[in-house]
Amino acid sequence: MSLDDYEIVIGLEVHAQLATRSKIFSWSSTAFGAEPNTLTDPVCLGLPGVLPVLNRGVVDAAVRLGLAVGSKIRQRCRFTRKHYFYPDLPKNIQISQFDEPICDGGTVKFRLHGETRAVRLTRIHLEEDAGKNIHADATKSLVDYNRAGVPLCEIVSEPEIGSADEAAEYVRALRTLVRYLGIGDGNMEEGSLRCDANVSLRKRGTTAFGTKTEIKNMNSFKNVRDAIEHEVKRQASVLDGGGRVVQETRLWDAARGVTQSMRSKEQAHDYRYFPEPDLPPVVVDDAALAALGKTLPELPEDRFARYAGPVGLSPQDAGVLVSEREIAGYYDAAVAAGAPAKRAANWVINEVLAVVGDARKLGDADVPVPPAALAGLVKLVDDGTLSGKLAKEVFGKMWAERRTAADIVAKEGLAQVSDGGELEAACRKVIAANPTEAANFKANPKLMGFFVGAVMKETGGKANPKAVNEILRKLLA
Amino acid sequence: MTSIDARGATAVAIADGVRAGKLLARDVAEQYLDRIARLDGALGCYLLVDAEGARRRADAVDAAYKAGRDPGALAGVPLGVKDIFCTRGVETTCASKILRGFVPPYESTVTSRLAAAGGVMLGKLNMDEFAMGSSNENSAFKPVKNPWSHAHVPGGSSGGSAAATAASLCAGAIGTDTGGSIRQPAALCGVVGVKPTYGRVSRYGVIAFASSLDHPGPFGRTVEDAAALLEAMAGVDEHDATSIPAPVGAYRAAARTGGDGPEPLKGVRIGVPDEYFQPGMDAEVESAVRAALDELARAGARIVKVSLPNTKYAIATYYLICTAEASSNLARYDGVRFGYRAGDARSLEEMYTKTRGEGFGTEPKRRIMLGTYVLRAGYYEAYYGKALRARRKIADDFQAAFAGCDAIVTPTSPIPAFKFGEKTSDPLQMYLADVLTVGPDLAGIPALSQPCGFTKAGLPIGLQTIAPALGEETCFRVAGAYEARTKWHQQLPPETAS
Repeated sequence: MSLDDYEIVIGLEVHAQLATRSKIFSWSSTAFGAEPNTLTDPVCLGLPGVLPVLNRGVVDAAVRLGLAVGSKIRQRCRFTRKHYFYPDLPKNIQISQFDEPICDGGTVKFRLHGETRAVRLTRIHLEEDAGKNIHADATKSLVDYNRAGVPLCEIVSEPEIGSADEAAEYVRALRTLVRYLGIGDGNMEEGSLRCDANVSLRKRGTTAFGTKTEIKNMNSFKNVRDAIEHEVKRQASVLDGGGRVVQETRLWDAARGVTQSMRSKEQAHDYRYFPEPDLPPVVVDDAALAALGKTLPELPEDRFARYAGPVGLSPQDAGVLVSEREIAGYYDAAVAAGAPAKRAANWVINEVLAVVGDARKLGDADVPVPPAALAGLVKLVDDGTLSGKLAKEVFGKMWAERRTAADIVAKEGLAQVSDGGELEAACRKVIAANPTEAANFKANPKLMGFFVGAVMKETGGKANPKAVNEILRKLLA
Repeated sequence: MTSIDARGATAVAIADGVRAGKLLARDVAEQYLDRIARLDGALGCYLLVDAEGARRRADAVDAAYKAGRDPGALAGVPLGVKDIFCTRGVETTCASKILRGFVPPYESTVTSRLAAAGGVMLGKLNMDEFAMGSSNENSAFKPVKNPWSHAHVPGGSSGGSAAATAASLCAGAIGTDTGGSIRQPAALCGVVGVKPTYGRVSRYGVIAFASSLDHPGPFGRTVEDAAALLEAMAGVDEHDATSIPAPVGAYRAAARTGGDGPEPLKGVRIGVPDEYFQPGMDAEVESAVRAALDELARAGARIVKVSLPNTKYAIATYYLICTAEASSNLARYDGVRFGYRAGDARSLEEMYTKTRGEGFGTEPKRRIMLGTYVLRAGYYEAYYGKALRARRKIADDFQAAFAGCDAIVTPTSPIPAFKFGEKTSDPLQMYLADVLTVGPDLAGIPALSQPCGFTKAGLPIGLQTIAPALGEETCFRVAGAYEARTKWHQQLPPETAS
């Protein structure tokens, strides 16, 4: 059988770190990259006698995410203790949510190969992160608890993702959403967005799920795609050979490009869930829910629909602009400052994004060319003051020297010459200097390019090419 | 400057003396330290005596007085602290080998509040390991003797706190009550012990046994002493999400109204539940408690019959919940970050099993096993879920009873202190020692135990007063009235130098 004979069924569990300043149940900082064990306190270390106290910002973040994807918010929910022994888990208890997640259901919308996709969510729940084991050598292991107690929300999809590409785009959509909401930075390489995939195959046309495997350790979008693609092929070859897929957890080895068995279902833990007695139920009352709803920004897919619809941008351009909240915000601000929508889109996509490096810096207050300044430049092009070619040079100067377009144009005399008299004098001069070409023009109209180029040279590039064309055509006729 | 005889001294007398400039906190502390040095060898109350720290704290109180500042409501009161409260820089073991060497880098809310009120901690008190036990025989280090008879247990788990208070090895103490661990030893040692409303006193820094049942509370020689301590300990705490934001009551004042006039309890209805007077109860205990009820009636209270029909489920309910929570809370003792670690493990698995196998005593192991069973997948509803529903019913019983009365008065323990080894071979018999105390723990409501007599053999008998949630003032008012009319609390145990 070929791969086409199988239907791929993928469900994803995405852990997004929530960008609160302090941990979910204690006061240490959640900063990334500090010296090991410097961002800890008695509570996140699980010392005897400590108690968790919920950071309310974590609840607000999860509720906003839930509202953004249309989840049903559970206005009264509980935390649960999940038990397993591992040195990176300070209490050997993870405080999580089990039977009462903060959000039920919801839908994540995104685009895949130009088509709209909607993946339904099972739930979103809150939990604390564990620390990190560092295996120093064969005889020694160290543990860094800086990450212990960092707030996470786990976003669980229904098993209805049909390809590795779709899985990767779904995760990217979640990252975009988390960033739009300002509740996390969604950095897969730093582990602030992590993804586990449940993958199974079934013969096309059948409805029962095949046996699934859980894939872990995919720390980039590329890893997500590659790992699932590999796992799909692996399962297909097992099934093709008449074998059975074993339910197990497999680790993605990016260097070798394979998934490897980590533990089977028989070794699975009994987590002995029970309600966390140290935390009262979390209550989100109607007023809090309404207030949080009002804080939602325009979401990526709504923005895409607006750009590709009423604004009239191509789906490609709209897609680039909405990919980060800061790009879209920059673009909207430039348009609000008077830049024509389509021209502004081109400038943002082709020029601004080419020089900014990290697109999220466009949200900074001290971006070298603020949106209003870009609008000023685009307006000068639009009204013919500045040629497109010179405008790009002017933009380069604006970015490097933090000056406005009007200032550069005025001080450096870069305004486009459209004045008929001045241009005609230049044209006559060029024709006089090139009598042979002038004589040949009628037989060879392609010489127009030569004359236009010569006039541009004569005027230092400032001549309005359209006007030059018209004058030359008249003089050479 | 006057001096005070530490033997039998009350906390409020010491605080009043220090605040009036008549006593030096340092002198008082030295007297108690001297008593501990002379007498505790025979009793085993203290696991750690922090003499230097006590002197430093006492000197600070005296310095505050000299500087014209109020040294606090508990100025210079020498206190004993159950070794379940984390104390910064002072080893805290929960009487377990697995925590030996653990020096907390932080202070419990309760001990820091007592210190802020001028209390002077003398040291850390013995207890049943992880507060699991009713006789103090489960301490990993040494048993505590009952000051009234060294052949008898002091009760538990806060046996060190009760015995030290009774023997004047401190002027007051703190403990924790999960199934009776303050009230039962208070009864067996002839002192006052209070288990407040759940959430009234912060659990931050109290090493957890069963989180939904653990109640920190005070021990005192008198009702007013216990009230003064509770006033300083109680109140909402940002570090304990289950603490209650309601203002702290005027407990001392309530304890004193008991002495007002011939009928200070006029208008108070006292409920007596038949379910708390069952066959198996010691006859001397029953007659002492019946006599106490008569005394309360003479003080103006109206005695009414109430019913707590689900009492028969209390012990089973309690042991399902407390073992489940204990198995979870004790998971953190694994040798990784603090306390005992087995030295010769060759794998992570082996480090865990050896550390826990060698570090925990029999009773914690038994409860971890039971709790693990209770919580295993697929059985939650049959055990823990059902226990939570039974707990609700038991709490509802109390609420219904309080519709017809203001307080419920019962014996604290069905039996007086028993002999060492008498119940150790049968854990179930030991568990039944809590039969009259677990109800208020499950319901989260306040209850107080105070002396109400002695057996012919000279062992103390305890009287329990139970009130609705946040009704601590009622407990103190009733208990204060009883105390004002009786002299049991003035009796002192014999002294035998070690």
